[in-house]
Amino acid sequence: MRIGGKGLIDRTKPVKFLFDGRAYGGYRGDTLASALLANDVRLMGRSFKYHRPRGVLTAGSEEPNALVEIIGTKNQTPNVRATVQEVFEGLNARSQNRWPSLRFDALGINDAVSPFLSAGFYYKTFMWPRAFWERIYEPLIRRAAGLGSLSGRHDEGLYEKAYAFCDLLVIGSGPTGLMAALTAARSGADVILADEEARLGGRVLADDIMVGGKPGSDWVAEVKAELTALPNVRIMTRTTVTGAYDHGTYGALERVGLHLRARANLPRECFWRIVAKRAILASGALERGIAFPMNDRPGIMMAGALRSYLNIYGVAPAKRVTIFANNDSARASARAMIKAGVTVAAIIDSRADAPMEDGTIVHAGAQVTTTRGRLALREITVRKGGEDILIETDCLGVSGGWNPTLHLTCHMNGRPSWCEERAAFVPQPGAVPGLFAAGAANGTFSTHGCLAAGHAAALAALSDLELRPASVMLPEAEDAPYRIAALWAVAGKGRAWLDLGNDVTTKDVALSAQENFSSVEHMKRYTTQGMAPDQGKSSNVAALAVLADATGRSIPETGTTTYRPPFVPVSIAALGAGGRGTGFAPQRFLTSDQASRDRGAPMIEAGLWYRPSYFPKPGEATWRESCDREVMMVRETVGVADVSTLGKIDIQGADAARFLDFVYSNMFSTLPVGRVRYGLMLREDGFVLDDGTTARLGEQRYLMTTTTAAAGLVMRHLDFVHQAFCADWQVRFISVTEAWAQFAVAGPQARVLLNSMLDEPVDLPFMGCAPLRIGGVEGRIFRISFSGEEGYEVAVPTRYGEALFRDLVARAETIGGGPYGMEALNVLRIEKGFITHAEIHGRVTAFDIGMNKMISAKKDCIGKAGALRPGLVGPEREQMVGLRVSGDKGLVAGAHLFTHGDAISRVASQGYVTSVCWSPMLNQWLGLGFLKNGRARHGEKVRLVDHMRDVDLICEVCDPVFHDPNGEKLRA
Amino acid sequence: MRLSCPLCGPRDRREFYYYGSDDYLNRPAPDAQPEAWDDYLHLRDNPAGELKDLWYHELGCGQWLRVTRNTVTHEVLQTELVADRKVIRR
Repeated sequence: MRIGGKGLIDRTKPVKFLFDGRAYGGYRGDTLASALLANDVRLMGRSFKYHRPRGVLTAGSEEPNALVEIIGTKNQTPNVRATVQEVFEGLNARSQNRWPSLRFDALGINDAVSPFLSAGFYYKTFMWPRAFWERIYEPLIRRAAGLGSLSGRHDEGLYEKAYAFCDLLVIGSGPTGLMAALTAARSGADVILADEEARLGGRVLADDIMVGGKPGSDWVAEVKAELTALPNVRIMTRTTVTGAYDHGTYGALERVGLHLRARANLPRECFWRIVAKRAILASGALERGIAFPMNDRPGIMMAGALRSYLNIYGVAPAKRVTIFANNDSARASARAMIKAGVTVAAIIDSRADAPMEDGTIVHAGAQVTTTRGRLALREITVRKGGEDILIETDCLGVSGGWNPTLHLTCHMNGRPSWCEERAAFVPQPGAVPGLFAAGAANGTFSTHGCLAAGHAAALAALSDLELRPASVMLPEAEDAPYRIAALWAVAGKGRAWLDLGNDVTTKDVALSAQENFSSVEHMKRYTTQGMAPDQGKSSNVAALAVLADATGRSIPETGTTTYRPPFVPVSIAALGAGGRGTGFAPQRFLTSDQASRDRGAPMIEAGLWYRPSYFPKPGEATWRESCDREVMMVRETVGVADVSTLGKIDIQGADAARFLDFVYSNMFSTLPVGRVRYGLMLREDGFVLDDGTTARLGEQRYLMTTTTAAAGLVMRHLDFVHQAFCADWQVRFISVTEAWAQFAVAGPQARVLLNSMLDEPVDLPFMGCAPLRIGGVEGRIFRISFSGEEGYEVAVPTRYGEALFRDLVARAETIGGGPYGMEALNVLRIEKGFITHAEIHGRVTAFDIGMNKMISAKKDCIGKAGALRPGLVGPEREQMVGLRVSGDKGLVAGAHLFTHGDAISRVASQGYVTSVCWSPMLNQWLGLGFLKNGRARHGEKVRLVDHMRDVDLICEVCDPVFHDPNGEKLRA
Repeated sequence: MRLSCPLCGPRDRREFYYYGSDDYLNRPAPDAQPEAWDDYLHLRDNPAGELKDLWYHELGCGQWLRVTRNTVTHEVLQTELVADRKVIRR
């Protein structure tokens, strides 16, 4: 119910929202949890395993119970914490893990059979018979597993990622964080202040504390106003710092639009990478529960959450409240409730020496031993001095003490240390370089202590940053000591929950210890303690205390499990923002791209490039028809193809020739100016790295081409060889791939086509190169061929590429030629036995592809020593061969080769197929592949088997050059 | 993670390509024994502590860096240009 005059919600802005299809009213500034409590809705979910009715436990991101699905127009988000989700007009939320309804859940049967469902149940039960694993057990378990459901569709919402840099990152904006930010900001530091709540203030607001003699909310407003006005401060609310990483990098998730109605261009979330020279962890502390029997009913919640709901949202969760605590802090909840007009039935304090409280019954030295109420708490039983007292109550505020929110200090392998006095783990200083925990996150719980700690932490950071601190007055505030007597679990009949998220009870932890899963990491995995969406934020410490007790060890001896990022769940959509569809990788387009698309060419990805697959003509129904036509066109007249994707590296200097001799296996210093040579490049381990042609443009200048796939790799390799082994040589090189557009003109009519465009007819020997003037533009011409026909490649500066391509194609068409695409290019090169990275795939040597003689004996080169090692040459190697078969049955790449008559087994494999095509010229299927001792097996019939595609046929081994083996057409 | 490139200053890890140990700089003589080549090509220490390795500023200046860093603390202790090294053998 709503309490008049309390809270920071905007009562002038009412909003309507849906929960399980029913409309409710709330106010702007409400969370879904606070608005539901205001409407007296206390049942918000069903538990994971036993499907028990559950209400909200906390008022923050640590919530284990109140998880809902948020249904948007473009997305459906499961496991959203109702304590974090703010209400807005039209918000549509749905409860989870229940069927058919939240009030009646059929799987509630699990609760009745719970004695059989203890930890390890699945491991022990679903063992036999083996045949049941996949067909019976798995579908059953899968159906029961998980909490929220997915829509099964893509999340079409907008997500963002961003980067920020600062001197000081302040994490949390309670008294510690605000004081730290103010001190650093006034001193001129570049400050980012991040808080996961919608409002700055933290527990100053939640506890309605007096600061500097005025209400805390006024003090927060003043500090916020000053910080907002300073140009060197960035305030990021609704932003959870999720992880601490190397070198002062922090991940942070900002809920940009989750609290608003969806609209175009408004991101839902933004994932930040914040790089900070220094950071102050002022993340406060999380309250923990006490494991007493039947402690999970709706209406049982954290004592501190009662204050948050009252002071921030103006909501009292019930009419008749009781408090159960082992420390002083929960008294504030009782006082606040009484002040707001809510009845406090009693305070049950487990400490025998608990102080009295004016006007309220205090049961000192007492414990809650059981509770009643099916869908909501109705009554509790309190044991005091051997007597049972029944108390009627609809809300029980529990406080088992406070755990400093130290998670980030442990993200780089740090472990916290145990503080007996506070009965809590506290951060280990220096565990994350540059990050300092202060205030409640460091175990300082009084407001005065926090203000002073924030100030001191900022001074230390300023000193590191070499900034002169400005003067800041510490405001007055309460400085009460923190008094606690540890109480983790209450003995008694019935289940006592630790982890509400995964339904882990004290009995499960004891069973784990009994079955010898007594290390804390084993216990975690055996019981699933701390593995729910909340990651055990309010239960892990209590669970390991129970484990310590069960194993007779101390808490520090038992230790904690590993804290890992992220601190709160982060959606994959936010982490991968912008990476869907074409956002996944950059796209590179050829200058001929539009011209090719104009002709209806489907595009195919080649690395980042998009290249035309084929150019369909009217009447052609399949790609093969187009491809076959294009192949014959090149063989009989002339074809034009864009080959600009090949890597081009301009190499210059007095030692350029010497450098090429070192990186290529063959000689380039002997190449005359105006000539081109095919080069083979090896890795240092002797395997083939890449191949391509290199032209000598001048005495001290070469132009290297690489394959499309290895352009970046080769550049990196050349840089390494140069800088590591011959940095003093006179050689410099740069990639000019994108500076030139280059077109292959191939076929018996290639020269005719080119001459129609040139002032002087082409007069180049095979493997010659020359400058060229075409259409008034300075370019280059190379007589090289990847098709086996008389071929030229014409290069012009990129800006002229499209015009030249359109002109070449138009002229080609007048003489029976035209453009050809990647499919035809591939067929042409297979017919000629030319290799691509399908063949030089990283596991083949020069010997394997029949190019051992290209490793020059006259000089050293990269990979020479490696290539000659035993095992890399010889008849046991798989050597490149041609394969052919007549008839309709197609060869397939990826198939394995077997000696005729051998058993078809993995160990009997003699090799494999790398490339195949239908040759329209030879009217048969051709392939390239690797076969053991293959060069000696030409003429042999081998069996080709591909189990995946159900292919099994006999083909003939032959020389890989099928077309024009003597190169007469090339040299024509 | 960031590396301080001697030419470009502190830059994000994603601008760099990682290669491996700086053992790759100590190329054996062409006629060295197979054991020396095997060692050079394949055998690497895996220290918990200080390590020197090679990074390529691929999305930057194209320089190879030798980085001294601690594999336990992830501290980067030194970055230097490979090209500035005295070449021992070629």
